Amino acid sequence: MGFVARLLMACLLTLCAGTAHAQKQGGVLRVTHRDNPPSASIHEEATISTDMPFMAVFNNLVVFDSDSKQNRLDRILPDLATSWKLSDDDKTLTFQLRDGVKWHDGKPFTSADVKCTWDVVSGKVDGKMRKNPHKTWWFNVKEITVNGPLEVAFHLTDPQPSLLVMLAGGFAPVYPCHVPAAQMRTHPIGTGPFKFVEFKQNESIRLERNPQYWKPGRPYLDGIEYSIIANRSTAILALVAGKFDLTLTGEVTPELVKDVKAQVPQMECLVQPSNTQGNLLVNRERPPFDNPLIRRVLSLSIDRKAFSDILSRGVYNIGGAMLAPPEGLWGWSPEFMATVPGYGADVEKSREEGRRIMRELGYGPDKMMPLKVSTRNIADYRDASVILIDHLKTVYIQGELEPLDSSVWYARLARKDYAVGMNVQGTGIDDPDVQFFENYLCGSERNYTSYCNADLEKLYHQQSMMKDQDARRKLVWEIDRKLQEDGARPVVYQSQGGTCWWPQVKGLKLAVNSIYNHWRFEDVWLDR
Amino acid sequence: MLSYIIRRLLLMVVTLFDVSITIFLLLRIVPGNIADILFDSAGLIDPAEKQKIIADLGLDKSLPVQYAQWILGLFRGDLGFSYVSEKPVIDEILPRIPITARLAGLALLFAIAMGVPLGVISAVRQNTGLDYALRVLSLSGLSMPSFWLGLLILMAFVHYFGTIPIYDRAPANFWAWLQMLVIPAAAVGFRSAALIMRLTRSSMLEVLRQDYVRTARSKGLSDGSVTYNHALRNAVLPVITVIGVETAFLMGGLIVTETVFNIPGVARFLVEAIRWRDYPMVQNLVMFIALVVVVVNLIVDLAYMFVDPRIRYSE
Repeated sequence: MGFVARLLMACLLTLCAGTAHAQKQGGVLRVTHRDNPPSASIHEEATISTDMPFMAVFNNLVVFDSDSKQNRLDRILPDLATSWKLSDDDKTLTFQLRDGVKWHDGKPFTSADVKCTWDVVSGKVDGKMRKNPHKTWWFNVKEITVNGPLEVAFHLTDPQPSLLVMLAGGFAPVYPCHVPAAQMRTHPIGTGPFKFVEFKQNESIRLERNPQYWKPGRPYLDGIEYSIIANRSTAILALVAGKFDLTLTGEVTPELVKDVKAQVPQMECLVQPSNTQGNLLVNRERPPFDNPLIRRVLSLSIDRKAFSDILSRGVYNIGGAMLAPPEGLWGWSPEFMATVPGYGADVEKSREEGRRIMRELGYGPDKMMPLKVSTRNIADYRDASVILIDHLKTVYIQGELEPLDSSVWYARLARKDYAVGMNVQGTGIDDPDVQFFENYLCGSERNYTSYCNADLEKLYHQQSMMKDQDARRKLVWEIDRKLQEDGARPVVYQSQGGTCWWPQVKGLKLAVNSIYNHWRFEDVWLDR
Repeated sequence: MLSYIIRRLLLMVVTLFDVSITIFLLLRIVPGNIADILFDSAGLIDPAEKQKIIADLGLDKSLPVQYAQWILGLFRGDLGFSYVSEKPVIDEILPRIPITARLAGLALLFAIAMGVPLGVISAVRQNTGLDYALRVLSLSGLSMPSFWLGLLILMAFVHYFGTIPIYDRAPANFWAWLQMLVIPAAAVGFRSAALIMRLTRSSMLEVLRQDYVRTARSKGLSDGSVTYNHALRNAVLPVITVIGVETAFLMGGLIVTETVFNIPGVARFLVEAIRWRDYPMVQNLVMFIALVVVVVNLIVDLAYMFVDPRIRYSE
C-alpha cells in the first residue's frame, strides 16, 4: 500500500472514529403512546399502536434505508439477510442469512425461522395466530424452501419485484419458530436491538437494550419506555413539560404541532402523510347503490379540497388510492389528477353533472333521496361524515349520520349491513401491490365493498410483475383512475399527522410515505 | 347487634348475586364481543378466525354455562384470564386496586379536611361575607367538571413550574406516591369537599337552632364547645352517609381523573375493559366495586351507632 493510500485510509478511519464517538451510549428514550396495543404480535395487528413499540424487538430479512426519506425498492438494505438474489425467471428470491444471530432467549436464528414465519403469515400453516391481517401481501408466495441453516428461498407464482418492499416493512418481522403465537402476543421474542421487558395493560411498555445484538455497537439506548396516555391533551402537555422525549408517530395533529412549536420553539416536529385515507364505502349490493349511476353521483358530490380545508386547514393531501406525490411514489401527478372525474378544480360542474343524473332518476330539491351514512363513533370518522352529509345535499341526497361503536362497525361491514359508510384506513407500505391486493381484490377480507372487476384484477397482476418502475407507475395511475371512476371506494382525503421530539433525540429518521417502517431505534441516541 | 350484622351480611350476598347476574347479562346484551373488537385493530373480520376465537374463549357456550363457570371459578378463587392481555385477571386487577385506593383515600381525606371545617364555619358565620365566599367556593366545586379542572391544573403546572403532575412510572416510596397523587387527589377531592361543605352547613344550621344547643349556651359553654361538642356531633350523621357514598363512588368513578392524570387505576381499566368487551375483567372488577360499596355501606351504618349513642340496631 502506497503512502497516499495509507494516508487516505488513516483519514477515513479517523473520520469514522470521529463519527462513532459523536453518538452517546445510554439513556432511556421516553415515548408517549395513545392507547393500549391490542397485542404485542406485529403479524397479528395492522395498527401503529403495535408496530411502533414492538418493531425494535425484531429484525426483518431486509429493511428500508433510513437515510432515504422515501421507502422505496431501490433503497433497501440487508438486515437478517446479508444478500439476496433473484433467479433468471424472476420467480425465486434467495436470501443468504446472517450467521451467529441469536434470539433473545438464546436460541440460534436459522432459515427454519424464516420459513416458519412465512408459512404461517401466508396462510399455508396454522400458526395459532388469532388474526392474520396481512395475508394478502403474500398472495404470490408459492413455497418457501431452505437450503441449510443460512439460506432460504421464496418461490413465487409470478415475478413480483415489490415483494422485497413488503419484506422490508415494519409489518414483516421474522418470528422465532420455537415460540408459540400466544406468547408472541404477550411476551415477544425477537433478534432485534431491544428485548421485551414488560407490557402493562393501559400503562406502559418497556424494552431494554439487547447486549448480544448482532450489529456491533448498537443500539445506543439502554432502553425505551412507552407510557400509555389515553388523553391527548395530557400527552402533549407532558411532552412540553419534558416528561417525554418523543410522541407516538402521527399523533400530533397539524394544528397541535403549531401549538407545541409556539410553546417550545426548539421542539422538532414533522408533519407527514400517515398513508391513511378517508374513503367512502358504498354498498354496491344494496339498492339504490347497485345502480352505477347513483354511485357516480356520490363521487361527483365530493369537494375534496373542502374536506382538507375543514379537517386540517388544507394540510391533508388529495389523491386516489395511492399516496399523492411528492411524498408518495405511486400517486397521480397533479396534471393527471385533474383529468379524473370528480377531481377537477370545478366542483360545481361535477355537482351539476350529479344533479342532472339525479333528476333523470326522479330526484330533485323537492324529492331528496334519503340515505343513512354509517361510521365509527370516533372523532376522525364523525367529522368527515358530517362534511360528507353536507356535500350530499348538493346532489339531492339527504344524509343522516349513524355513528357506530367500533365493535359493531367491522361486524356490520363484514355482513354488508350498511348503505354508505365513511371509512378511515391506513396502508402499511406505499406500494400498489399492498393497496390493490389488500383492498380491491375480489374476495379480499379488507375489500369491504366487495368491489370485483375481473379486467382490473388482471391489471393488478400485470403491474405487480413489471420491472420498469416508470411504466408500472403509468399503469398504476390508470388502475387508480378506473377504481375512482367505478366508485370502488371513493377516496376523499389522504391524512397527515405530526410527530414531535425534543432536540436531545438524535438519529431519528422518519419516512415521508409510511409511518410504519422506521421504528428499529438502533441508531437513535440521546444527547442529554 | 350480632344478628343485625348477620342479616346485613346475608343481604350483602344477595346484593352481590344480583349484581353478578345484572353485569353478566348486561355485557352480553351490549352489541359486539371481544372477537369483533380484536379485529378492529386488524381492519377486517375473517369469519373463520372470528369463530375460532369465540370457540377458544368459550363464548359459544350457553349463557347459564358461562355464568356457572364464572361463579364457580370465583368460589375457587379463579377469576379467569383476560381476553386481551391473556394474563390471569387477578394479576391484572390486584396492582391497580392500591393505586385507586390511595387516590380515593387521599381525595377523601382532602374532602373531609376541607369540607367539614369550612361547612361548620359557613354555618356559624351564616349570611356574613365569609359565608357567601364559602358558598361560592362550594358551588364552584360542584359545578366545575373535574376533567376541566384537571386539565387546567396540568396546564398551570406546565406553564408556571415547567413540570406536570401525572403518573408516568410506579413511585418508589411513600413520599413519591404522595407527591404524585396529591394534585389529582385535590382535583377530585374538591368536588367531594364542596358536597360535604354544603351538607355540613345545612345540617349545622338545623342543629344550631335546636333547644339543646340553646340550653348549652345558657349554661355558659364557650362557642367552640357548643359548636364542636354539641352541634357538630349531632350534625355529622348525614355527612357520614355522604362520606360513605363518596367512598364507594371514588373506588369506581374516577375515570375522568385517572384519564387526565394518566393514573392506571381501577376505573380507567374498567372502562377500557368494557370497550374491549373483556368479560372476565369487567365482571370481576364490577363485583369488586360492588363489594366495596356494600362493605362501606355496612361500615357507615355501624358508624352511626358510635357517633350517636341513641341509635341502636335492635334484635
